[in-house]
Amino acid sequence: MLWRLFWSFFKIGAFTFGSGYAMIPMIEREVVDRKRWFEKEDFYNQLSLAQSAPGPVALNTAVFVGYKMQGWIGALVAVLGTVIPCFTIILLIVVFLGGFRDNSYVEAAFKGLRPAVVALIAVPFIRMLKPLRWPMVFLAIAVALLVWQTGFSPIWLILAGILAGVAEVLIKNRRNVQ
Amino acid sequence: MIYLQLFLSFLKIGFFGFGGGYAMLSLVQNEVIVRHTWLTGAQFADIVAISQMTPGPIAINSATYVGYMVTGNVFGSFLATLAVCVPPLTLMILIAVFYKRLHKNRYVESVVGWLRPLTTGLIGAAALLFLNRETFGDWISIVIFAVVFVAVWFKADAIIMLLLSALAGIILY
Repeated sequence: MLWRLFWSFFKIGAFTFGSGYAMIPMIEREVVDRKRWFEKEDFYNQLSLAQSAPGPVALNTAVFVGYKMQGWIGALVAVLGTVIPCFTIILLIVVFLGGFRDNSYVEAAFKGLRPAVVALIAVPFIRMLKPLRWPMVFLAIAVALLVWQTGFSPIWLILAGILAGVAEVLIKNRRNVQ
Repeated sequence: MIYLQLFLSFLKIGFFGFGGGYAMLSLVQNEVIVRHTWLTGAQFADIVAISQMTPGPIAINSATYVGYMVTGNVFGSFLATLAVCVPPLTLMILIAVFYKRLHKNRYVESVVGWLRPLTTGLIGAAALLFLNRETFGDWISIVIFAVVFVAVWFKADAIIMLLLSALAGIILY
C-alpha cells in the first residue's frame, strides 16, 4: 500500500508541469477515478481546505490523501513521492547549468526568458483583480506597491489578513449576541 | 550559519505561503533577494523560468535551486527543500484530522476571504520586483513581454511561450 501511494505521487510529481493547479486533475483521476481511495465529494471538500492552507497545493493534496490512506506515514510517503522527482530534476539542472553559465547561447536564452516570466506572473495578477470588489482591488494594488517599493515583508501582511479575518467573525458574533 | 539562515527562511516561506505558487514567489523574493541578498533579481527570474518548464511546484523548485546556489552543494539544496515542506506537512495533517470541523467553518472562510486580496497583491509585487535593467534592458525584452502577455492572456500554453522566448533570445541577442 505504501509503495502504491509513493508510486502514484511519484508519477504526479514527475509529469505535471506548471502550477500546482495543473496537478489537481491528474491527482483526481489517480485517486478518485482509478484507485477509488476517495469519494468525489470528500475529495473536493478536503481539496478546498488544501487550497486555503499555506504551501504548494500539490504537496498539501499529497498530505491529505496520504494521511487518509496510511496515517502520518502515508502522508510522509506521498510527500516524498511528490518531491523526489522535481528535487532531482532541478538539482541536475542547477549542477549542469553551473558549467554552462558562460555559454553565450545559454545566457541569450535566459535574456529572452526573463521578460516572458514577468508576463506569466502579470497575467494571473490582472485576472485575479477582476472578480474583487473595488475596495479590495485598491488593497491588492496597495499591497503590491508596498512590497515592491519598500521591501516590506509579505509575512506581516499575511498575519494581518489572518487577524482581520478572525476579528471580523468575532465582531459579527458579538453583534448577534446583543 | 548560512545553513541555519537558509533553513529558517524556507521554513517561513512554507509556513506563510498562502495563495498558490505565484503569491509564494514574493515571499521567496523577499527572503532571498531583499533580506539576505543571496541572489540578484535576474538570477531569480532564471529560477522561475526553469521552474515553469520542469515538473513540480514552484516553491519546491525554487527551494532546491536557491539552496544549491547559496551553499554550492547538494546538502543546502536538500535542507531548503526539506524546510519548505515541513510546515505544509504538519499543518495539513492537523487539517486532515480536524477536517470535519474546519469544512464550512466561519473563521476559515473569513480568513480566506481576507487573504485573497492580499495574496493577489503579492502576485503583483512578484511581477513588479522584476522591473529592472537586468530584465528590461532594451526594446527586445519589452516586445517579448508584450507578446507573451497577450498570448498567455488568450490561454496560450505557458511552456510553449517560454520555449519560444528562449529561442527569440538566442536569435536576437
